[in-house]
Amino acid sequence: MARTRFLQELDELRARLLRMGGLAEQAVDRACQAYIERDLTRCRMVLEGETQINLTEREIDEMAFDLLAMQQPMAVDLRFILAVTKINADLERVGDQAVNIAERVMDMVDLPKADLPVDIPRMAAAVSAMVRRALESFIEGKAELAQAVLEMDNVVDRMKDEAFIVLVKSMNEHPETTRQALDALLVARNLERVADHATNIAEDVIFWVRGADVRHNVTPEHAEHQEVTDSH
Amino acid sequence: MGVGIQVDKLNAWFGKTQALHDINMTVAANHATAVIGPSGCGKSTFVRCLNRMHETVPEARATGRVRIGELDVYNGTSAVQIRRRIGMVFQKANPFPTMSIYDNVAAGLTLNGFHDRKHLDEIVERSLRLSALWEEVKDTARKKSGASLSGGQQQRLCIARAIAVEPQVLLMDEPCSALDPISTGKIEELIFQLKEKFTIVIVTHNMQQASRVAEFTGFFLLGKLIEFDKTEKIFTTPSDKRTEDYITGRFG
Repeated sequence: MARTRFLQELDELRARLLRMGGLAEQAVDRACQAYIERDLTRCRMVLEGETQINLTEREIDEMAFDLLAMQQPMAVDLRFILAVTKINADLERVGDQAVNIAERVMDMVDLPKADLPVDIPRMAAAVSAMVRRALESFIEGKAELAQAVLEMDNVVDRMKDEAFIVLVKSMNEHPETTRQALDALLVARNLERVADHATNIAEDVIFWVRGADVRHNVTPEHAEHQEVTDSH
Repeated sequence: MGVGIQVDKLNAWFGKTQALHDINMTVAANHATAVIGPSGCGKSTFVRCLNRMHETVPEARATGRVRIGELDVYNGTSAVQIRRRIGMVFQKANPFPTMSIYDNVAAGLTLNGFHDRKHLDEIVERSLRLSALWEEVKDTARKKSGASLSGGQQQRLCIARAIAVEPQVLLMDEPCSALDPISTGKIEELIFQLKEKFTIVIVTHNMQQASRVAEFTGFFLLGKLIEFDKTEKIFTTPSDKRTEDYITGRFG
């Protein structure tokens, strides 16, 4: 006898996490757009949206907790629910980073616009793409898509490192734009953190789909090899 | 001490119906191994082949090789010798109703001509302590009938009776299926402790129970052993889709 009700509840949990993903993704996109256009309206939308993200995080955790307690899930279902709770926490942190960026923009708009040698919009586009693909890998349940997200993280890390170097140089050479450079540097840092959360989400998708723990630079191949070795 | 069990190409039939197909399994000594699977999958038949209880059913037969330690179960060893080495606990507790608690535990020994009263006292007390029943019955063991105990106590009495003859292996066929959660918890705790002295094979329908008490788990389906691995592997990342479908409740 298939556990119809349980499977329906898993579908509902999945749907709720996707709604949460949509909210977090929208918050990052709005914050990045607010930075590019120095748009206070978008900043306020990000700040107001945080309440909904926090509420949704709690609802998802409650539902996952109930399912663990009431249904005693096993194997792929257990991995799925554990992955959902971890992805949920990462999405909430993505929302927090979007709020940080929005607050930074609100600080920035009072300052004169400075021509800084850093391409934040390009970095924002790369980070948004990572969040989107991480969520796609969850929707599709495809570890290959999640694997691609892990590889994108290195690109964003390099962008952040480069931004730090050029912005520190800019501060030395143009002290009059130090505050603007500092804001840009902090936004780059926020974006890099969003990319880290997208990476965590991708790792959780791989854990759910393959049962392999690839965190901390352990590749799926390495993890599989480890499992085979352990079983002998 | 417990001994390992080696099963090679075990096949079993009820008349013309084949119940087990080429089962190979290595059961580790002094560990608990759980056997799970849907009704009719052959898990009870499997454990009943280990102590040759299977052949007590008319027209039932088995082929293949089963070794219990150094003992070859189907070659040159009598069923009585086998069953002295392998204790068994069944789904429904079955104490001898006309015997006292004490006599129930001592039955295996006295039936084999063992009548040293002082030594019997020691063995009965040790067996009742091992089965976590001593404190509850120590004052009434000689007076009260085994049948007067609660269901959970009766099952622990049957475990005491089985271990009194110091077997090497303890087979348990759904030992908790008729018990409430408290009694089930006691038996599970007991299994955990008994592993130090015996090798345990437990058939269970309760997958949480398998995951709680057993280090190794085998999944049977239609008379075949589909997957056998460490319990945590079976219940978190099974290798076979059929195992996963069963333990996640997608069939069975």
